[in-house]
Amino acid sequence: MKGLLVERSLPRFAAARLFSSIGGSGTSTSVGPLRLTDLEAPDLPGPGWHRVQPLLAGICGSDLATLDGHSSRYFEGIVSFPFVPGHEVVGVVDEGSAGGLPAGTRVVVEPVLGCIPRGIDPPCAACADGRVGGCERVAFGHIAPGLQIGFCADTGGGWSHAGLVAHGVQLHPVPDALSDDDAVMVEPTACAVHAALAAGVEPGDTVAVLGGGTVGLTTTAALRQLASPGALLVGAKYPHQRQLAGELGADLAVTPAQLARAVRRRSRSLTISGQLSGGADIVVDCVGSADSVAQSLEMVRPRGRVVLVGMPGKMNIDLASLWHREVSLAGAYAYGSERTGRSVRRTFDIAMEVVAAARLGRLVSARYPLERFEEAVAHAGAAGRRGAVKVVFEMHPRSRKGLTS
Amino acid sequence: MSPRPGFVLEVDKSTPPTLFWHGEGFRLERLPTGSRVLYAPEPLDPLTDPVGAIRHALLHPLGDAEPLSALLRPGMRLTIAFDDVSLPLPPMRRPDARQLVIEQVLDFAAEAGVDDVVLICALALHRRMTEAELRHAVGDRVYDAFEPQGLLQQHDAEDPDNLIHLGLTDHGEDVEINKRAATSDLLVYININLVPMDGGHKSVATGLASYRSLRHHHNARTMQQSRSFMDQHRSELHTSNWRMGRLIADSGVKVFQIETTLNTDTFPPQMRFLERREWEWSAKDRAAYVATSAALARTPDRLARQVLHSVRSPYRLTSVQAGEVEAVHAQTTENVYKQQLVAVEGQTDILTLGLPYICPYNVNSIMNPILVACLGLGYFFNMYKGRPLVREGGVVIMSHPTPWAFHPGHHPSYIDFFEQVLSETTDPTEVGKYEEAYATDPWYVHLYRTGNAYHGVHPFYMWYWCAHALEHLGGVIIVGGDRAAVKRLGFTPASTMADALEMASDIVGRDPSLTHLHSPPLLMSDVS
Repeated sequence: MKGLLVERSLPRFAAARLFSSIGGSGTSTSVGPLRLTDLEAPDLPGPGWHRVQPLLAGICGSDLATLDGHSSRYFEGIVSFPFVPGHEVVGVVDEGSAGGLPAGTRVVVEPVLGCIPRGIDPPCAACADGRVGGCERVAFGHIAPGLQIGFCADTGGGWSHAGLVAHGVQLHPVPDALSDDDAVMVEPTACAVHAALAAGVEPGDTVAVLGGGTVGLTTTAALRQLASPGALLVGAKYPHQRQLAGELGADLAVTPAQLARAVRRRSRSLTISGQLSGGADIVVDCVGSADSVAQSLEMVRPRGRVVLVGMPGKMNIDLASLWHREVSLAGAYAYGSERTGRSVRRTFDIAMEVVAAARLGRLVSARYPLERFEEAVAHAGAAGRRGAVKVVFEMHPRSRKGLTS
Repeated sequence: MSPRPGFVLEVDKSTPPTLFWHGEGFRLERLPTGSRVLYAPEPLDPLTDPVGAIRHALLHPLGDAEPLSALLRPGMRLTIAFDDVSLPLPPMRRPDARQLVIEQVLDFAAEAGVDDVVLICALALHRRMTEAELRHAVGDRVYDAFEPQGLLQQHDAEDPDNLIHLGLTDHGEDVEINKRAATSDLLVYININLVPMDGGHKSVATGLASYRSLRHHHNARTMQQSRSFMDQHRSELHTSNWRMGRLIADSGVKVFQIETTLNTDTFPPQMRFLERREWEWSAKDRAAYVATSAALARTPDRLARQVLHSVRSPYRLTSVQAGEVEAVHAQTTENVYKQQLVAVEGQTDILTLGLPYICPYNVNSIMNPILVACLGLGYFFNMYKGRPLVREGGVVIMSHPTPWAFHPGHHPSYIDFFEQVLSETTDPTEVGKYEEAYATDPWYVHLYRTGNAYHGVHPFYMWYWCAHALEHLGGVIIVGGDRAAVKRLGFTPASTMADALEMASDIVGRDPSLTHLHSPPLLMSDVS
C-alpha cells in the first residue's frame, strides 16, 4: 500500500532546508526526506489499540516545518524514524482492531501519545491530570519515541493508505452532523481550544491574534466561542484570511502591520519607539517566528500575556521588554482535558462543538490524492499566498464534503 | 497692459492638450471637443509699496475701529496672532506677508511703549510649525527677538491652562479659545486670505479655538449646509463662526483684524508654463514643461516631493485691510473675488481636476489619500459661488497618483482613520461615531502637543470637508491613482482619462458636458 515516509537522512534534511529557504515552504519535496513508498500496515502494539483507515489527513504547519528541514532540534529525541506523517486525521476504524470501537466507526484521531497508549502505569502527573499534551514520557514505554502519531515509527500516520494504529483513548467518534472536512479540522481546532482556554481571557479583555492561517483562524473561532473578549483583533496577511477571521468572530481583522495600531487605538496607548505603553491584555501568536514574537511583545500590555500557539523554533529575540514590563510568555501545545469552572471536558469534545458551530470545514481549501504529494505540500506551503487555508490528502473516495452526510 | 480676466475656453479640434496636475507631476490630456476649460485671471498688479500700504491700513482702519496706534498704550497686554503654515500655497518667497505685517505692528507697539507682547501662531488643530517654517513666516528678526524668550508661541488647543471658555452662542455652541489671546487688552490677528473661506470671524473663532469649540462647525452636517464654504453668505461654517466671533467680541475681547490678499502669481519663472494657457505656450514654456516633466518622472517620489515643496511662490500683495473684523472681511472678500472669480455659464455633467502635490495640510509632507479627497472634493469642488460647477448627480474626475502613503509624524491619526474608519464606512455622517475616540486619544494628543502632528480628529475634518460634494455627486473617479487607496476612499480608479470618461458615462449618460478647472493658480467659478 502506498504511503509517504520520512526517513532520517541528514543530507536530505539539509537539502530541504536549503531549498525551502530559497523557494519557500513546501518547495523541497524533490530533495527532502519525504518519499512515496510501499508500506505495510503497522502492527497493533497491544490490547486497546485500533486500526484506522484515514479518510482525510491534513497537512499541518509542523509537518511543513519538518519537511522544510526547519524543525527545532529539540524534537530529535521525541520522534522516531522512519515515520509516516499525518496527525490531523479523520478515518474509520478498520477490521482487526483490538479495541472496543466497532469497525466502520468514523473517528478523529487525538494523536498525542501519552502514558496510556504507551502502556506506562502509573501515568505521569500530566497524564494523570488529563493533560496528555504535557506527557512527560513521550519517549518511553512500549512504543517508539514520538510525541504524536505522525511522528512515531510504530504507529504509522495519516499520510498512508496502509493506515495507522491508535489506542482507544485516542479515538473520538464523529457525529454524523460533521462532514469529513469538518472532522479533519477537529485536531487543529483542539489545539486552538486549548490555547484559547489556556490564555486565561477575562471578560472584556483586549485579545490580539497574530496570524491568519489554520492556527490563527481556529484560535479566533475558539476565542470567540469560549471566551468573552472585549475586543478580538486579528492580524492576518492575506485578504481571504481577514475575511474568514471576521466571519469567525474577529471584531477587526487587519494586516499584521496594522495590528499594533489597532491594538493601540483600542488600548488608547502611547508609543515609545514602536513599543506600546499599554497594549492588549493577551496576544496569541499563531505564527511562531522571531518577528511575530517580537511584535507580540510590542503590543502586549505590561503584565500581559503572550501565548505561543504557532510552533516556534530557534530564534533570536530581544526580551528586555518582557523583563521590564513583567510580561508572561507561555506556550500552548496540543490538548487533553480542559477545566472550565468545576467541569472537566476532553478538549476534542469541545473542539467538535467549535467546529460545528463555526463550520470550520470551510477552511479545507484543497484535497489532493497521496500520489500528488509534491503539489499538495507546495500548495500547503504557499496556502496564504494561493488563497487557501487547509490543504488535505484525500485518502479514501468515500470521504464526504458538506455539513451532513 | 492690464491683466486679463479669467477665461472659459471651449475645446475644439485645434485646441492643444490640456495640462493636468498629477501630484508631483503632470499629464497632458486631450479633452473632448466642446469641453470647457476654466483658466484663472492673470495676476493682478501688486501693491507697489506694500509696507506703505500696510502702514496706511493700520492707521486708517475699516469699520468701527480706531487706528492701531490709538489702541496701543504702555502696560497693556498685546497678542499678535497669525495664520499658520497652511497658508499660502505654495509658501511665498521671503518676505512673507505675515512678516511684513508683524514688523509693522511691532513697530507701532514699540513706539507706544508696549512691552507685553506675545506672538501666537493660530494653529487650531493643525500641526505645530517647525523652526524653519516659523522663521519663514515671521522673519528671522522677529523670530530671534521673541522665540528664545517664549514669546513666540504656537496655539495649543489641548492646554487646559491656556484655554478660556467664553460662553455659549445662542445656538448652544461652546466658545473656547486661547486664554492669552482672550485676556489681552488687544488681539491683533494677521491673515493671509488666499481663498474666500479665510479670514473674518473664522480667524479667531477657529484659529485659536479648542476641539470643544471647533466640533460645533467642523462636522458633516455643517459642511453639507455650506454651499459653498467658499461663499460666506451661503456657508453654515461661516454662520457658526460669525456667531462665535460676535460672542467673542461681546465677551470683551478686542480684536484688530488685518487681512491681506495675494495675486495669482503662483509659480516661479521656470514653472511659469503652469500659469499660461496651453495654446499660448512659447517655445520656452514647452521646453520648460518637457524638462520639468521628464525630470520629475525620473526622480524618486521622495526627492520629487522635496523639490516641489521647496518651490517658493512669487505671490505679491494686492491689498491690505485692517480694523473691525466684519468690515475688513467684506472688503477683503471683494478683493479676493476681484482676483479669482470667473463667470461661468451653467453647470457641467463632468468636472475634471488635476490635483497638485500640495494642499493646506501637507506642506513639507506627503499628500496622503485623505488629503487627495479633501483637496479635490473639499477645496476645488467648493470653489464656486452660486451653484456648484458640476450638476447634482454629476461626476468629478480627479487626476492624482493617490499613493497609499502617510507621513507618520505629521498625520498619525490619518493612518488609523484610513485603516479603521474608511474600511468600515465612507459616509461623512457615519464616520462621526469614531470622532470622539480619535479626538481624545492620548497618543494623538501627545503628538499634537509635543511633535508636529495634526490633531487626532483632523482626518475627520478632512472627510467632513468632502461632505457636500459626496452628497451632491453621482460618482468620483481618480485617474492614475493607487487602486487600493482609491477604492478605500470609496471612489473608482481609472487608468486613463479615456477610461474615466467611459466610466462616467455610465452615470451621466452619453455625450456629457465636461468642464476642466485649470487650477492652480486658484480660481473661483461664479456659476450662473
